[in-house]
Amino acid sequence: MQRERNGNVTGDERVKVAALVSVGRHPVTGRPRRAEYDARAVEIGLSLATGGGLHLVHAGECSSESEAALRAYLGMGIAAVDMVQQPAGADIVPALESWLRELGPRLVLCGARGETGEASGLVPFLLAERLGWSLVCGLAEVESVDGDSMTVLQALPRGQRRRLKVRLPAVVTVDAAAQPARQSAFGPARRGELQRLDAPVTPDREAQGWTTAPARKRPKRLKIVKATSARDRFKAAAAKAEGGGGQVLTGVSAQAGAEAILKLLREEGVLR
Amino acid sequence: MNDIIRRDPRTEWIARNRLHPEHDAVLARMGGSAPAAQWMGPNGIIRRNPHAVGFIGPNGIRRIDRSGAQTANAGGSARRDAAVAPTRRQIRIETPAFYVAVVADMPGGRLSAHDRDVLGLARQLADGASDGQGAVLLVSFGESREEGLGDAGVDRVVSFTGERFEGYVPEQRVTALGGVERQHEPRHWLFPDSSLGGAELGRRLAVRLGERPATQVWQIAIGECTGRGAAGSMDISRRLPRIVLALPECAEPVSDTTHAAESIAPPAALPQALRRIEDLGAVAVDPSSVALAEAEFILSAGNGIRDWDGFHRAASVLGATEGASRVAVDNGFMPRHRQVGATGTWVTARVYLAVGISGAIQHLQGIQQCDKVIAINTDPGCDMVKRADLAVIADSSEVLAAVVELVEGVRKEQRNAA
Ligand SMILES: Cc1cc2nc3c(=O)[nH]c(=O)nc-3n(C[C@H](O)[C@H](O)[C@H](O)COP(=O)(O)OP(=O)(O)OC[C@H]3O[C@@H](n4cnc5c(N)ncnc54)[C@H](O)[C@@H]3O)c2cc1C
Repeated sequence: MQRERNGNVTGDERVKVAALVSVGRHPVTGRPRRAEYDARAVEIGLSLATGGGLHLVHAGECSSESEAALRAYLGMGIAAVDMVQQPAGADIVPALESWLRELGPRLVLCGARGETGEASGLVPFLLAERLGWSLVCGLAEVESVDGDSMTVLQALPRGQRRRLKVRLPAVVTVDAAAQPARQSAFGPARRGELQRLDAPVTPDREAQGWTTAPARKRPKRLKIVKATSARDRFKAAAAKAEGGGGQVLTGVSAQAGAEAILKLLREEGVLR
Repeated sequence: MNDIIRRDPRTEWIARNRLHPEHDAVLARMGGSAPAAQWMGPNGIIRRNPHAVGFIGPNGIRRIDRSGAQTANAGGSARRDAAVAPTRRQIRIETPAFYVAVVADMPGGRLSAHDRDVLGLARQLADGASDGQGAVLLVSFGESREEGLGDAGVDRVVSFTGERFEGYVPEQRVTALGGVERQHEPRHWLFPDSSLGGAELGRRLAVRLGERPATQVWQIAIGECTGRGAAGSMDISRRLPRIVLALPECAEPVSDTTHAAESIAPPAALPQALRRIEDLGAVAVDPSSVALAEAEFILSAGNGIRDWDGFHRAASVLGATEGASRVAVDNGFMPRHRQVGATGTWVTARVYLAVGISGAIQHLQGIQQCDKVIAINTDPGCDMVKRADLAVIADSSEVLAAVVELVEGVRKEQRNAA
């Protein structure tokens, strides 16, 4: 599929970009797949770095399942993914840190949080702190990259956007606000290369003391009525959810009604 | 006077005998103004007078209040209501043994529901410790417009205000939190795990302090906490760490105590943070491109719209996202993805302006989470008007035209003034 190039990206075309990718988990079937947010990060990386400027890395266990999931990133049009081999239960941050130091990218893209394991979303924060790079969360779009800074749009709640100027090198996290990732094509996924790299292993000791279990359903919060007497409890239970209280303007002119509406809109601060 | 109780067997006898001609007078003398509804009989049995129970309601029927509040001396219903109004215990902690710090999001300067839940959690940690009474320390950024901080369970407040903390300045904020850390050394740091709020700040502080936080926590027991992992499909239980990022509804908000919420001065000398991120301000977003479910302000059209051009114009002038009722969609005036309600989108707008919508239950379900609802309708008895905080009973096209005219008038004035 031919994709429209992101037209407003200017400046150095050969900016070195790295994307951290992980093995995801399908929410319904539980099968390994490419992680949703990581794929969006790769999508942004593809729009920034054409001609081989995008480097993908995965740190973790190598099994046939994880390999199949990682090939889905290759199918997005990427020649190779570096697989830093780490056993299960290892702390992958030191391995990623040394990989990044060696590569020296200007920009590191990653998903906001993984889909397996602890999924605490701490990796980008740890990397940014250790490398001393800037960090931006919730990236929606990269507008331009030039020299040692870039302009990005950050996604705010309620569909709003904020423009930020960020000093490079930077680590950015991507979540649901970014553009969805392209589909993975089968042929390129087969042809692409998974390069296995070895790295020293740091075990994650703290995590060994945890107990994990399939997620329990959280109890639904009940409306608790604190009343001293049965009568008050009954009154609270029998009360209608919405008790009128609204202001009704009858028999007013359209102008007066419009003024009342605008006054409320201004009070709520939605009218700009 | 001496306080020996002197008994008068004759009046007691009259009081027991309802048929005695002086019965009422004696009762009135014994028990204040009204006959006593219950008293101790001579052989230790409680006697009741059903005629003295309850009060005469406004329509002349005797009403009996079984709540336990005495109604024998009726008429004081207003006083009774006042007594029922819940009173919160006042609590002041003079010298706390330790602090539990909470960094609230406070969108718009007010505590969010999520903030209140986290404060409730902090209360549990502060009150439940075996080694003394802790205090909840709220750290807030920007101007606070919240009056009920004490009711939310806050003992102390440190607020950082001023231009340095405005906008997106996570680096400055983390430096400020570092100052609080040095000054008060809180035993725990709690953050709401909300995107672009506590989630980011909490993780930044955690890596700065070199602590491993527990994220997505939804339950805390003694010294233990349980949080979600692996995209919400797993529960991880571990020892309670110093920094906790908690999900909404992690605890009940404080409801029966009021705390002092004293403000204390922020740490004086904060190191200058590195400014690697510059906030260039909000970007104007086309409201029609915002997804309906997350729009902040929705102008919604129903079957009562006659002038569709006028409606679209009003939406663009007000900068509102367009919504519609099912009838408007079925009739082909609006696209399907704009439908609000049970079979459409459940919206979360702060302001929902419903024009010519009758308020069928399927539609009202979709707007349950809206804060303020405004209705424009010709029918004052319809359900949307009952739900609305402000209802204008008038023709939709006229009101919308008037709104557009007013807003454009104001904008023109501003432009001329500028
Ligand atoms: C299974 C099921 C699912 C449904 N799901 C949905 C859903 O998801 N969303 C949804 O919206 N509906 C849903 N409906 C339909 C719903 O029951 C109502 O039929 C619909 O919401 C009514 O739309 P309305 O209020 O626009 O129209 P009406 O009920 O016709 O109301 C029109 C209103 O406009 C007022 N009016 C008329 N002329 C003017 C004027 N000139 N100026 C001002 N006001 C005027 C009238 O007084 C009236 O109150 C569902 C129904 C079913 C059976």
